[in-house]
Amino acid sequence: MTEPAISVTGVDRVFGKGRKQVVALTDVDLTVADGEFVALIGPSGCGKSTLLRLVADLDTATSGEIKVFGKGARQARLDQDYGIAFQQAGLLPWRTVAGNIELPLKIHGAAPALRKARVAELLELVGLTDFAKNHPDQLSGGMQQRVAIARALAESPRLLLMDEPFGALDEITRERMQNELVRICAETGAAVLFVTHSIPEAVFLSDRVVVMSPRPGRITGIVDVRADGLADHHDRTERARDQEGFFRAVAEVRALLHGGASTSSAGVEPAGVGVEER
Amino acid sequence: MAAVDTTVTRDTRARFPITEVRWSTVVAPLVLGALFLLSWELVVDRAEIEPFILPAPSAIWEQVTANTGNIVDGATVTGRNALIGMLAGAVLGVVGAAVAGSFRFVDQMAAPVVAALAVIPIVALAPVLYSMFGAAVNTGRIIVAGVSVAVPVYLNTLRGIRQVKAVHRELMTAYAAGPLQRIRSVTLPTATPYVFTGLRVASSLAVIAALIAEYFGGPIGGLGKSITSSAASSNYPLAWAYVFGSIVLGLLFYVVTLLVELWFSRHHQPA
Repeated sequence: MTEPAISVTGVDRVFGKGRKQVVALTDVDLTVADGEFVALIGPSGCGKSTLLRLVADLDTATSGEIKVFGKGARQARLDQDYGIAFQQAGLLPWRTVAGNIELPLKIHGAAPALRKARVAELLELVGLTDFAKNHPDQLSGGMQQRVAIARALAESPRLLLMDEPFGALDEITRERMQNELVRICAETGAAVLFVTHSIPEAVFLSDRVVVMSPRPGRITGIVDVRADGLADHHDRTERARDQEGFFRAVAEVRALLHGGASTSSAGVEPAGVGVEER
Repeated sequence: MAAVDTTVTRDTRARFPITEVRWSTVVAPLVLGALFLLSWELVVDRAEIEPFILPAPSAIWEQVTANTGNIVDGATVTGRNALIGMLAGAVLGVVGAAVAGSFRFVDQMAAPVVAALAVIPIVALAPVLYSMFGAAVNTGRIIVAGVSVAVPVYLNTLRGIRQVKAVHRELMTAYAAGPLQRIRSVTLPTATPYVFTGLRVASSLAVIAALIAEYFGGPIGGLGKSITSSAASSNYPLAWAYVFGSIVLGLLFYVVTLLVELWFSRHHQPA
């Protein structure tokens, strides 16, 4: 498959009219290859969520072109080419865990037997088999988010859009979820566009980290984590968090976020390790 | 890294608050009720109040036990009218709210009409309805009960429909769900607890409406008719016995709808 998962060319998004006009995104170009994990990072208001919503066709670009697997964003949505997860798990509280995961399949008219098999598979994947019959209000935040990820994966999309899916979780749960996401991505081979506030999260998960800045929202730089000597493509282990390349990539992303030049040649900064910059 | 999840699950029981009621909350009102009845009895006895002003609870109870069959028959007739009216009114209210929730202009058109309907004492229409449908049938009473129910159910359902979370709406958009799928998967389930709240409020209204409508004529047999005819023949304790019957009927409607409401909202987060 040579078609990129996402291809964004010259996209602008302007909210409002006249003097109250807010430029959320200006002249954004971004390509996400098939099977690639790309994180969008930047301070609040830099338009990273807006960009994700444009790709998901939950919002429409003012100008520019967005293609998902070579199709227009709208067509890609109608064809269900992507799975999506938000910061809030957004589960339907009146449905069981299994019922929530099943929802997209049910809406798109999959046969009951097929649905059942797929749900069992996904429950296994996110390690919630024992909770199939529970309702969301009986689960912890981390478990709810795993249900949401399973739901996003229900139709085996080749693209996952994730808008700060771990943003509301505590640090410990968060790291565990990151490890699981890495495993899930390795198993499914899906491309991921991942919005986050956390530098270590972005570096740990991604092949490339896209750094954005606000007013107007734009891409200020891209850090290719693979080039920084981290573990191989989608083969991250827990160890990766302690490797030198990891710290170097974190430092580079941080430098870009603070508007400085790339500091890839600079030494490792152990003092900053694990500190999340929000 | 162990893949085992050690996250502690929260209270795994479904929220069905009726099972968590403490004894004191049950006993306290019972004690108050007993005290009230006792003082009523004493006041009637000591002050020698005439039965046509206020009969003693014991006299009323005598009539209740002596006329249990008649009271149950009357409650069946009135209850049937109230129930049919309530179901029809509920369907009307929910469907109306679903339409108003989907189309803004319908909502805007309907809002003043519904407000007007809410302030009309619907029961006052009973005589008109009797002449419309004939005084020998219960249709007028059912309509009165139905309209009284439709308004609170409509208003509550509409409020429920507006509680649909943005994330659920976007999820449905992301799934490219059709309008009917949206209503079925997200809108109606979100509104369900609100529908039943409306229904609970409306349940006693339905009984009251069906009962009072009988005061204005129509076929005999219902509780309301029995109350007026007993009072007209100066049998006040019997009239009170029928009032007792209508209280029980109203309570029955309320408790059943309350239980249904609790059941349907057991997995919704507390607001």
